[in-house]
Amino acid sequence: MPKVSMTVNGKPASGEVEGRTLLVEFIRENLGLTGTHVGCDTSQCGACVVHVDGRAVKSCTMLAAEADGAQVSTIEGMAAADGTLNPIQQAFQDHHGLQCGFCTPGMVMSAAALLAENPRPSEAEVRDYLEGNICRCTGYHNIVKAIMAASGQDVGQIAAE
Amino acid sequence: MYAFEFERPSTLADAVAALSDGEAQPLSGGQTLIPTLKQRLASPGKLVSLTGISELQGIRVDGGNLSIGAATPHAQVAAQDHYPVLAHLAANIGDPAVRNRGTIGGSLANNDPSACYPAAALGSGATIVTNKREIAADDYFTGMFDTALDEGEIITEVRFPVPQRAAYAKFEQPASRFALVGAFVAQYADGVRVAVTGASNEGVFRWTEAEKALLANFSADAVSGLTLDGAGMIADVHGSGDYRAHLVGVMTRRAVAAAG
Repeated sequence: MPKVSMTVNGKPASGEVEGRTLLVEFIRENLGLTGTHVGCDTSQCGACVVHVDGRAVKSCTMLAAEADGAQVSTIEGMAAADGTLNPIQQAFQDHHGLQCGFCTPGMVMSAAALLAENPRPSEAEVRDYLEGNICRCTGYHNIVKAIMAASGQDVGQIAAE
Repeated sequence: MYAFEFERPSTLADAVAALSDGEAQPLSGGQTLIPTLKQRLASPGKLVSLTGISELQGIRVDGGNLSIGAATPHAQVAAQDHYPVLAHLAANIGDPAVRNRGTIGGSLANNDPSACYPAAALGSGATIVTNKREIAADDYFTGMFDTALDEGEIITEVRFPVPQRAAYAKFEQPASRFALVGAFVAQYADGVRVAVTGASNEGVFRWTEAEKALLANFSADAVSGLTLDGAGMIADVHGSGDYRAHLVGVMTRRAVAAAG
């Protein structure tokens, strides 16, 4: 079985995996980091989004062995060591950007990737970027609002829908 | 997924050697192949990853050509500005996370009948470069999910001649984000090319009648009277053959209008 070594949330992580082991399985089952969710398992929903070498990927559609040597970030790496939430997480709380919370880890990781490449996105750009993240509770309005707020923009003008 | 062996070579030569085993299949970004494996629609004995090979990465400008390494992800193609229409096409494949993994070589090797890149390659008269030879796009696409590639042959780069003007108009299937019909129109000094994806049972094709009309008069009006037969078109829950045939005309006119 291939041995894989990677850095996950700044810490070294390694293990033996089958060729067919998915990155999300390695993260959840080998490392016990269950914040990354498996929603659809068919690359549609985005609950499993993590960052690999700084880029958002669907960890249900990448083999663990493909991440050998990579820098991986998951939702567990977003808050500070003392528990202080990342500004995106805080904005999700402030603007009620979640209901059941299942899609939230993927939403936050996608939002972080968006803001890293586009620090002040328009509402349309936020919605476009979330094309691969599906929320089944409540729609996207407060999620979009939270991401806009996390980017430092005034969200008072975004009408409730 | 059935179990398989996994190799991740760091050179093209090692990848070619690893693929000489008849049970082996190449893995690029995996955005189609991994879901296919999950559904047990494929059961290779071995997967050979192409994503650790630096020779297959990157974009370079070479005279009037844009050369893209086969393992370059869509997001990188979307970020280049040498061939803006190709960037726009790449920026609308799948979603951002898919675009960070999926590669141009993987898309062209798979030749999905509704994928965007085949339309760009055929519509630009691109050259598909492999570890063995150079294949003109006109000779490369041989049918639905079928290409001129031999077993174990690896695409190394795709060379696009940059056109004088071009546009791609995609009628998106909203769930899959593949093209229900997509038309790629490009004008070069020596002619006009029109490539259509998503429509035909034979996969991507050139609409030569439209090319002739546009060569004489590059305007949406020039193709407005042209029609295609719906009999050879894909018919499924999303649309009949006749519907797709009609959309080909609509999307071609939109592409011509957008190319200006």
